[in-house]
Amino acid sequence: MAITRRTAIAGGLAAPFLMTGRAGAQAPTRNETLLLVQEYGPNSLDMQGIGSSQPVNGVALNCYDRLLRFKPVPIPGGGGNTIAMGELEGELAESWQVASDGMSCTFKLRDAKFHSGRPVTAKDVKWSLDRACTIGGFATTQMNAGSLEKPEQFVVVDDKTFRVDFVRKDKMTLPNLAVTIPFVFDSELAIANSGGDPHAKEYLKNNIAGSGAYKVESWKPGVETIYVRNDAWACGKLPQLRRIIARDIASPSTRRALIERGDADVSYGLPPKDFKDLLDGGKINVVGVPIPNGVWGCYLNTQVGPFKDVRLRQAVAWVMPYEKIKQAALFGRGVSMDGGTTPKVAWPQPFPYSSDVAKAKALVDAAGGPFSTTLYFDAGNATVAEPMAVLMKEALATIGITVEINKVPGANFRTEIAKKTNPMVLNRFAGWLDYPDYYLFWTMHGNNSIFNIAAYQNPALDKLVDAARFAPDKASYDANVVDFIKLVNAEVPMVPINQPTHDVALQKSIGGYQFQPCREPDFRYLTKA
Amino acid sequence: MLRMIAARLKTTIPSVIGVIIVTFLLTRVLPGDTAAYFAGPAASNEAIAQIRSELGLDQPLPVQFVSYVMALVKGDLGTSLTTGQPVTADLAQRLPASGELTLFGLLLSMAIALPLGVLAAVKQGSWIDHLCRIVATAGVSLPVFFTGLLLVYVFYFILGWAPAPLGRIDVFFSEPPRVTGFVLIDSLIARDLDTFRAAFTQILLPALTLAIFSLAPITRMTRASMLAVLGADFVRTARASGLSGGKVIGTYAFRNAMLPVVTTLGMVFSFLLGANVLVEKVFAWPGVGSYAVEALLASDYAPIQGFVLTMAILYVALNLMIDILYGVIDPRVRLEG
Repeated sequence: MAITRRTAIAGGLAAPFLMTGRAGAQAPTRNETLLLVQEYGPNSLDMQGIGSSQPVNGVALNCYDRLLRFKPVPIPGGGGNTIAMGELEGELAESWQVASDGMSCTFKLRDAKFHSGRPVTAKDVKWSLDRACTIGGFATTQMNAGSLEKPEQFVVVDDKTFRVDFVRKDKMTLPNLAVTIPFVFDSELAIANSGGDPHAKEYLKNNIAGSGAYKVESWKPGVETIYVRNDAWACGKLPQLRRIIARDIASPSTRRALIERGDADVSYGLPPKDFKDLLDGGKINVVGVPIPNGVWGCYLNTQVGPFKDVRLRQAVAWVMPYEKIKQAALFGRGVSMDGGTTPKVAWPQPFPYSSDVAKAKALVDAAGGPFSTTLYFDAGNATVAEPMAVLMKEALATIGITVEINKVPGANFRTEIAKKTNPMVLNRFAGWLDYPDYYLFWTMHGNNSIFNIAAYQNPALDKLVDAARFAPDKASYDANVVDFIKLVNAEVPMVPINQPTHDVALQKSIGGYQFQPCREPDFRYLTKA
Repeated sequence: MLRMIAARLKTTIPSVIGVIIVTFLLTRVLPGDTAAYFAGPAASNEAIAQIRSELGLDQPLPVQFVSYVMALVKGDLGTSLTTGQPVTADLAQRLPASGELTLFGLLLSMAIALPLGVLAAVKQGSWIDHLCRIVATAGVSLPVFFTGLLLVYVFYFILGWAPAPLGRIDVFFSEPPRVTGFVLIDSLIARDLDTFRAAFTQILLPALTLAIFSLAPITRMTRASMLAVLGADFVRTARASGLSGGKVIGTYAFRNAMLPVVTTLGMVFSFLLGANVLVEKVFAWPGVGSYAVEALLASDYAPIQGFVLTMAILYVALNLMIDILYGVIDPRVRLEG
């Protein structure tokens, strides 16, 4: 064939395609490098800072150390490890001891070094915990949730000994030291670069000053974050992976294609249908953990609108298409919350309702017959919430409740639920600390937090929840929990629908998956064959 | 020439001021509470109020506007809450990515559309004319995200010819030293052919997606204006004088038909620059379009204002360039400020 101008151009256009095989082969570090694809990455490197997004938890987890961490326990269905609330192990703490009066805890620190080479001292721990308590915003709220309220509680005994004084006996204090907020900064480095700000917010937002298992090699917000292993990490077994590349890929279809073709090692945040397909396909591992303390619920306004009438709230619980929602909205990736029997000390747990149209219809008729209402949900959750809402609309129509669906854009949703006037809201809430009283404190307690979407007010419930929060022993705790579960079973300010599964897709060569309550990837345990 | 440019620039000042006022007001009118969104899930009302005052959102609108304009004069577009970085830095980082993709897509599109349009006009009613019509209709009626996903599916997922749609450059290559911000050009400057090839294969599919979408206006406009010119007296005269077909079409007709085509090109370019959001999403391209949309979803004012302002200024610059090009293509065109 003669080389004409036309063939030359065609060849030129095709050349880059033909070359790709070689381009892939020349990457030498592929086996020590993990490529993770996620929807969006961190907007800061400082989880204590105000306005930090969800993925910043991952930075805190991998680049910083806490006093304590959750002990890995095997996932019942296999595939890796999860955590159990009460089981903790030392991270920066070599050992810890709760005082005999139960009102303080003393920590002995390990010989750990910051990335800067400075040893970690009790002074650094105090500076960091003080910061979390005083910086405001989410960090302070989270600290308060475990009764960690003021700097005076944090005491430097000597360089290697640190004490936390309790303001009250609270079973959540120690677990709350293991979440991704109370992590330890290199206080000298932070202060030196703070430019006069006592919290060094600007510096820590853009720089890591920690002792954690990974350092941030490069961070391009909205594009990628590259982590490299800290070979001097002292707080656990040295991770196998030397380098982690976390790329932000907005389109879920692209993320799925990348993991199916084998180009990405780990993919987070796919729609439930994709996880199911990948699982059925069998080429990719999908590890699912039912989200502890997390549940999709339909909140029914108890103060204004038709659902003031408890009979109508029960009617919704009786007519909810639990099984259809599980299959059609979650593709089986979740646990249905219907058909409960005796109340247990657990949350979420099935309520004693199941789909029974006759019972629901009778309740609606008794309450005065057909009416119309509106169902709200966050557009950001639409992949799952939209089919759910449609199924609910269809089911409620059979008992004479006409539902109009209102999809609210993400930035608006909070303003909308803060009004507390919406008759029906579909929302998913998950607490970091896995205790029933913790969940109800946020969603049904008379303190009327933003997540008490049903605006439920009941002094009897408040008393039980408060009693459980600060219960002196297990027996009284269990009794209070069972009592408030019975109460909300009958009152149903929220109809629990389904406990969703937190899914992650991994190549078969990736092992050591560890679930964390913050639901971000923990690179420290991951292995690559 | 310089006087002409200065005069043109003067007329654009009111429109830029208008854009500043309108985007400021529009972002404020948008429903949604920025402070509540960024306070995070479990924030108390005090925490939200604290963030609001930190962002200056508790000030009355005129005060907010004055401080915005004061910062703008100093070249400060504010800080994005979604990326946590200054908006100027974000835009400087992302604009070249969008620019490179759009320009490449447009070049690809022109390479197909111009010959196709000319041929369709010359051989009016022939199979090539019908092909032109089909290609244009199909291109414009396929939504870009669909074309994008289809190309990914066929060339990456099924055939495995194209590289993984992971953005501008494969993860195992490092970006060349930044000179122009265009990876293709920077890698050539650095004489790094491997990186050039890696970047080129990455850009091919997204650029093709954009090209398919922008084929229609360019082919149709080329065809229409060629038809008009081919029917003109001077073309008949040229033919009658015995000039060859190629010379008549290439030198005389095509050059005269270029004016409306250049106008269309300018429009298509600025349109693509803003509208390639979906392509950027599908191919994880770190451009300005996806940046603006993410900011919009979070009611993050600063990036939206910065994006609209940048686009307005680009549009002004582009129009100026096209006006100058007119003079180059057709000396009869006189521009008055």
